[in-house]
Amino acid sequence: MRRLLWPVVILALLLLVNLFFTANFFSIQMRDGHLYGSLIDILRFGAPLILVSLGMTLVIATGGIDLSVGSVVAIAGALACLQISDDAGVFTAVALALGLSVLLGAWNGLLVAVVGIQPIIATLILMVAGRGLAQLITGGQIITVNSPSYKIIGGGYWLTVPFGILLVVVVLAITVFLTRRLALGMLIESVGGNAEASRLAGIRSRGIIIMVYAFAALCAGVAGLMISSNVSSADGNNAGLWVELDAILAVVIGGTSLSGGRFSLGGTVLGALIIQTLTTTIYSIGVPPETTLLFKALVVTAVCLIQSKSFREKVFGRRRRAVPPSPAAEEKVRVTA
Amino acid sequence: MTTVTLNGLRTIPAKYVPVLVTACLFVAMFVAGGIRYEGFASGQVILNVFIDNAFLLVVAVGMTFVILTGGIDLSVGSVVALSTMISASLMKGPGWPPYLVIPLVLLIGAALGLVMGYIIHTFEIQPFIVTLAGMFLARGLCYTIGTDSIPIEDPTFTAFAQTRIDLFADLWISPSVIIAAVVVLVAAYVLHYTRLGRSVYATGGSEQSALLMGLPVARTKITVYTVSGFCSALGGVLLSFYMLSGYGLHAVGMELDAIAAVVIGGTLLTGGSGFLLGTVLGVLVLGLIQTVISFEGTLSSWWTKIFIGLLLFVFILLQRLFSARRT
Repeated sequence: MRRLLWPVVILALLLLVNLFFTANFFSIQMRDGHLYGSLIDILRFGAPLILVSLGMTLVIATGGIDLSVGSVVAIAGALACLQISDDAGVFTAVALALGLSVLLGAWNGLLVAVVGIQPIIATLILMVAGRGLAQLITGGQIITVNSPSYKIIGGGYWLTVPFGILLVVVVLAITVFLTRRLALGMLIESVGGNAEASRLAGIRSRGIIIMVYAFAALCAGVAGLMISSNVSSADGNNAGLWVELDAILAVVIGGTSLSGGRFSLGGTVLGALIIQTLTTTIYSIGVPPETTLLFKALVVTAVCLIQSKSFREKVFGRRRRAVPPSPAAEEKVRVTA
Repeated sequence: MTTVTLNGLRTIPAKYVPVLVTACLFVAMFVAGGIRYEGFASGQVILNVFIDNAFLLVVAVGMTFVILTGGIDLSVGSVVALSTMISASLMKGPGWPPYLVIPLVLLIGAALGLVMGYIIHTFEIQPFIVTLAGMFLARGLCYTIGTDSIPIEDPTFTAFAQTRIDLFADLWISPSVIIAAVVVLVAAYVLHYTRLGRSVYATGGSEQSALLMGLPVARTKITVYTVSGFCSALGGVLLSFYMLSGYGLHAVGMELDAIAAVVIGGTLLTGGSGFLLGTVLGVLVLGLIQTVISFEGTLSSWWTKIFIGLLLFVFILLQRLFSARRT
């Protein structure tokens, strides 16, 4: 839990900054039987990013990286909207879109695990081609759909809570169960630690790798449905553009190392929430649009510096030096972290 | 040393195989293009690839240094854009002369790289994240300078843009190609014949071993990011020769092109293994793919993307199969 301390502190700080600019920032109201409030909005608009980041966490845990999630977001939304505008049922549309996403993910996994291409390049292929595929599906247009049942995925409510948030909670619960209650998480971490050693130890690392890429794409597909359903349209060109960078950022802020071998799902959720809160903050404190990226750069740098152990030691560490840390204690911290 | 036999005639060290395979595939692609398209198989087509990608080549050289140490630099595209933006705005607004603007831009690029390298090394933050922040920062600075495209009308820049240097037999190149070639040669010399170059490979091979051997790992790591920042700024100057404008949306996604070029050239992202010649070939392959697309003519924008992805896939797959079989 110590590892999650800093992300929590940062998130709390960001939220407090908002309180300073918007007095009723923390108030959550009940309107027409739906929950309303800035916090709910952060969760709701952050839901797609949380989903994509969850998938990305597992991929990064195996020592890989998935640059194609943004394109998968666009493809899933495009296919679903195309199906619905062709009078197919919402269920069929969603199933087809998610099925295609899983296929695309498995393709990534195949390239990485079986062909042995470096993950960044293997997924770069789909990142480039997938954008084209999404535009091919939409015919270069923005497909608008008018389907109340499709709208539920991204904009609906269930038991007063936005449906997207519930979806995230369900996916998160399933992922946590599969990776932390079953051995799967450990297998993923062992593949990330050393793929060859884990193979020699009898773990089917290929299957695991293909599975995590398929899972990442599935998460991206759900996120794509959410995004397109929220605006009731599919934009092959801009949907999910650069979401892969935000997702990777969320994963790393959450304390998962890009070198693989271990991961923290809770950290990832916090990381994604930090990024979404940052976006909300930028709007609520009125940063001019030209400087939003500068603001983001500064906050990201600050967040990473605060999380860096050596930075904290160099800047705040002088007082603590009075008691030299015993090597055994430090080792223990590292193991539990 | 591990060697592999090629045609049973002579042996080549295994480390050269990926570069060789890339070279062979590049030639194969060129021949295939020559058979399929009229006017494709000429020397000028190759030279045009160099002319159109001189800036990418320079940026990819810097990226090679970083990737050889096992790092990555995502900020290059934004630094390229920032360089075009700074030079365009300084020449248009206060009317600075180019001989002041260009050194300043190069200095800014190098300084950005230096700061990123320093943060990466001193505070042990992952390069991906630090340079991602650098990417946001440089792109943000572009928009702060201005959101519109700024034309460059300086005579020196236009001269660089329009000069044709004639080679033999109707072939010609632009001055940018010569600058890029000089950068490649200097970088190749540094990587293979200097202490810095050996430290770069050693750091990428195993940082811990390099440290234990007493190599200046800290200095090396900070240097490679500075080199990359410098190369990006130089690439930005070359891009402003090419585009004759400064714009915050120039070179979007160029970092991925540069990384792809380096990796196609057979360099491992984990560091410690690869050659600069491979990077040159990687840039050529990407450029040739673009050329094939333009010869194909009537592709809509989405088919272009799919086609690029497909060609990239076929290329990498073949490269992977051949390298795997021979090692």
